[in-house]
Amino acid sequence: MQTYDLEANGLRGLNSTLQEQNGGTNKTAWEIVNAKGSHAIAVGLNSPIEVTVKGSTGYYCAGMNQQATVKVEGSVGPGVAENMMSGTVIVEGDASQYAGATGHGGLLVIKGNASSRCGISMKGIDIVVHGNIGHMCAFMAQAGNLVVLGDAGDALGDSCYEARFFVRGSVKSLGADCIEKEMRPEHIAILKDLLARAGADAKPEEFKRYGSARQLYNFDVDNAQAY
Amino acid sequence: MSDQDTKIPRTEPIQSATFTNPINAEIRRAAATGIYDIRGGGAKRKVPHFDDLLFLGASVSRYPLEGYREKCETKVTLGTRFAKKPIELDIPVTIAGMSFGALSGPAKEALGRGASAAGTSTTTGDGGMTPEERGHSSKLVYQYLPSRYGMNPDDLRKADAIEIVVGQGAKPGGGGMLLGQKISDRVAHMRTLPKGIDQRSACRHPDWTGPDDLEIKILELREITDWQVPIYIKVGGTRPYYDTALAVKAGADVVVLDGMQGGTAATQDVFIEHVGLPTLACIRPAVQALQDLGVHREVQLVVSGGIRSGADVAKAMALGADAVAIGTAALIALGDNDPKWESEYQKLGTTTGAYDDWHEGMDPAGITTQDPELMKRVDPVEAGRRLRNYLKVMTLEAQTIARACGHNHLHNLEPEDLCALTMEAAAMARVPLAGTDWYPGKAGF
Repeated sequence: MQTYDLEANGLRGLNSTLQEQNGGTNKTAWEIVNAKGSHAIAVGLNSPIEVTVKGSTGYYCAGMNQQATVKVEGSVGPGVAENMMSGTVIVEGDASQYAGATGHGGLLVIKGNASSRCGISMKGIDIVVHGNIGHMCAFMAQAGNLVVLGDAGDALGDSCYEARFFVRGSVKSLGADCIEKEMRPEHIAILKDLLARAGADAKPEEFKRYGSARQLYNFDVDNAQAY
Repeated sequence: MSDQDTKIPRTEPIQSATFTNPINAEIRRAAATGIYDIRGGGAKRKVPHFDDLLFLGASVSRYPLEGYREKCETKVTLGTRFAKKPIELDIPVTIAGMSFGALSGPAKEALGRGASAAGTSTTTGDGGMTPEERGHSSKLVYQYLPSRYGMNPDDLRKADAIEIVVGQGAKPGGGGMLLGQKISDRVAHMRTLPKGIDQRSACRHPDWTGPDDLEIKILELREITDWQVPIYIKVGGTRPYYDTALAVKAGADVVVLDGMQGGTAATQDVFIEHVGLPTLACIRPAVQALQDLGVHREVQLVVSGGIRSGADVAKAMALGADAVAIGTAALIALGDNDPKWESEYQKLGTTTGAYDDWHEGMDPAGITTQDPELMKRVDPVEAGRRLRNYLKVMTLEAQTIARACGHNHLHNLEPEDLCALTMEAAAMARVPLAGTDWYPGKAGF
């Protein structure tokens, strides 16, 4: 285990050190101490290393992650794992706005709650939130899965494309063109796998599935009031 | 005397200046379809522009340089504020962001070939970076757009600069709508969208909500790219003083300012013609912001929106820009709206020079399309040669003017070299009305 003191050694040193750990490194486990809410911690990683952040972070923690497993033992600020491509990001606490925004791949696990706009414009990322999520989550979501063990706020999945949303609790309201959909066996299988990978103690059968009604995919003026 | 002779003479028919034929046609089109007009291109209405300015040249009080003999430097370096590797361009004319998807693959390749041959940069667009584009562009600026289609850190690190697109001159505050017929298999794959649906481009970045967030976003991008490459911020020309000041505050290396004559792939006509400021009106407030913050020339200013000639280049630089970017003009140089396709333009209900339904994917010139047959009409080598020639001509023209004004570098052009033909242009450019030493607003008048 390598330990990096962020307060003592600075952000640039941290990210350049972690970004250099590609191909054949034996320094595969890193612990970051004195994070103290700093922004852009462990961004742009591209190797299968394991990074543990002791404490809470600011904006964009683990942004654009590829391959790495980043675990935050605290809460995260806005934009955690934004535009993630692959790998895993685990947040032990809560997440602020736009968690996993525009993510193309990988798995984001939030053990606490996520604020508004979680999964906004998601493009293939899988997100599992053990708690609740706020309003406007998955707005314009294109692909991937958003799993919520708690409740969802207003306008879930507004103007979404082919992303899937699984919610165990209540949904305050669905956004434009988002509807409840049938849970077929293939969806149960997808959800079972995601719950297992996220360490979530829940049964797939307890969830409802939501997704696009596909009524707004091609513009029709008669649908203008839906926007 | 016949009946005809006693008839009261009729007045000559006069078309309404308000309800013109184009306006009436638009009313009929709207009545028939129930939807606003979506099109590409830029503003078509006449607004104060660079044509309303003149260079004064040298006589006795100024000393000109010898044309074709004395050197007039054209190099420009962008991104000298924070980046470890600023972009060095041979000429101060760059190619503005235009996406693969909106443009065909051969057209993007031609832009890369032409710009590289002229020693300048090209810019990606909404669809991300293609291997062809990277391969043929010696210097490539990667646009970081609200939609984040095709966005990935590998491509980010392949770029020579990153341009965070906050706004566009043709549609400040607006997103885009590319109709489904242009979303081919490849475009759909690059954008993670089902084939054939309308592609909506977001009007705002999904993971930041203001200049304070933007500052942190720039930190993230720099951390991911090792602080190597310049960060540009592109804004649509609406509140140029404040937008430039906030871009500087957020940490921009370069501010790209796009006026209302800037082009677009597809958006509402009403947006293109009625939102934003003319390019001419944007430059002086932006320069003022840079000067007030003490960073003029340290944070470079790139101006775009209706740049057509070396005179436009020289005028923008005289007003304080470090470089300009061209979009529509580059497409015309490649061969768009070429009269040789006139019969095909007519089949589409338009004519050469007016074709702007780029979102429909039926461009006879093969440039703004994804139709495989139409795309074959673009020879990337020949089109690249044409673009290179055009860029060279613009540069030669700007040099000619600069020499006549007594300058040995395009950057030495200054407002003192200009006068305005109209009160409006004088006020916007803050240069004297021709034959006077006064412009509106000067000394409180």
